[in-house]
Amino acid sequence: MELAIGIILGCCALGAGLAMIAGIGPGIGEGNAVAKACEAIGRQPESKGSVTSTMLMGCAIAETTGLYALVIAILLIFVAPGLLVDILVNTMNGLK
Amino acid sequence: MKKKSRGFIAVDILLIIMMILPLLVSITVKVLTTPKSEGINVTGARILTPVYDKLPPPFDLYITEANLNTWMVMISITALCLFLTHGLKTKAETKRQHAAEWIVEKCEKLVSDGMGDYFSGFAPFIAAIIALSAFSSLQSLLGLYPPTSDLNIVGGWAVLVFILITYYKCKCGPLNYLKSFTEPVALLTPMNMISEIATPISMAFRHYGNVLSGTVIATLVAAGLQGLSSIIFGALPGVLGEIPFLQFGIPAILSIYFDIFSGCLQAYIFAMLSMMYISSGFPLEEYEKRKQKKKEKQNQKIKQKSAKKKFSEVN
Repeated sequence: MELAIGIILGCCALGAGLAMIAGIGPGIGEGNAVAKACEAIGRQPESKGSVTSTMLMGCAIAETTGLYALVIAILLIFVAPGLLVDILVNTMNGLK
Repeated sequence: MKKKSRGFIAVDILLIIMMILPLLVSITVKVLTTPKSEGINVTGARILTPVYDKLPPPFDLYITEANLNTWMVMISITALCLFLTHGLKTKAETKRQHAAEWIVEKCEKLVSDGMGDYFSGFAPFIAAIIALSAFSSLQSLLGLYPPTSDLNIVGGWAVLVFILITYYKCKCGPLNYLKSFTEPVALLTPMNMISEIATPISMAFRHYGNVLSGTVIATLVAAGLQGLSSIIFGALPGVLGEIPFLQFGIPAILSIYFDIFSGCLQAYIFAMLSMMYISSGFPLEEYEKRKQKKKEKQNQKIKQKSAKKKFSEVN
């Protein structure tokens, strides 16, 4: 029983960590976007305002996948262990 | 400049009280309902009172901290707007009228730039979204629970925007709307349906995830600093050992980014995205064509009627 609960907790933590690998994608994407924006501002300094606002919009959209991963990681850490342990205890009681 | 009358000043003071009182109410509720010995709490909004809890989870109703804080922020913003527009004159004299005019002008420019002239009536809606979202996120500066880090609140806004998007897509008839799913190829219909549903979900998750991540990181850093300072300064005698010295100032640096910058940026992005989705979903050319056709038909009818009248008069 304790071993099973330990495995559940450990696997939830591992899953949360693995889910956050998705943070690589938005990192690279946003880095590219900001680099291009810097180039554009360097070429045309007068268009700084519109470039910056467009870049922020693009960054926010690129960030979405990372945020999905974050939500899943938070669910795995704070919500999933309780639910899974409840299910485990209920099935063990049913078997008895 | 004329001296202000007593009634004017009294109304001003009343409005300022109306601005500050809701925040004090939510702070008091927070202080009263927080249990004393609490560790790290990232589980979500605290439930204050159940309204109707006889049905299973998705159908039961609770009043949570997030609901309360949203309503309090709404009252504050209303009072702020009334305060700014109190005593308007045709020529701006006071500072507050200049501020109010600046806000209105900026919002109208933002909306007309982002959505086109047809949607210029959307400026109050967009301004309301930005104000509510920004002030809700900024509440965490006061130590309150920011309502935007609750999925239910932001999900409600996203559903509202989704209804608006669908309404403007249906403007050329519901059949046209259904037909737009089969474009460019009929095979892609399920994909189009998924992307249609994904719009409100991604909007809600983007806003909520950004604010929530800030809250979680700030809580973890504060707890970690407390532990660290109790290790370093724990050897000091008496009360000095219990004061978490490292908690002063250091979390504020994080809150500049996560609370102020990220909160305001997310409000702006939510408004921009809803503007973009609403205006891009609306088939303006098709709508104008239909309007013209209708006008022509009406004109023809009027002509026919007048012709008939003339005919009968002649007879």
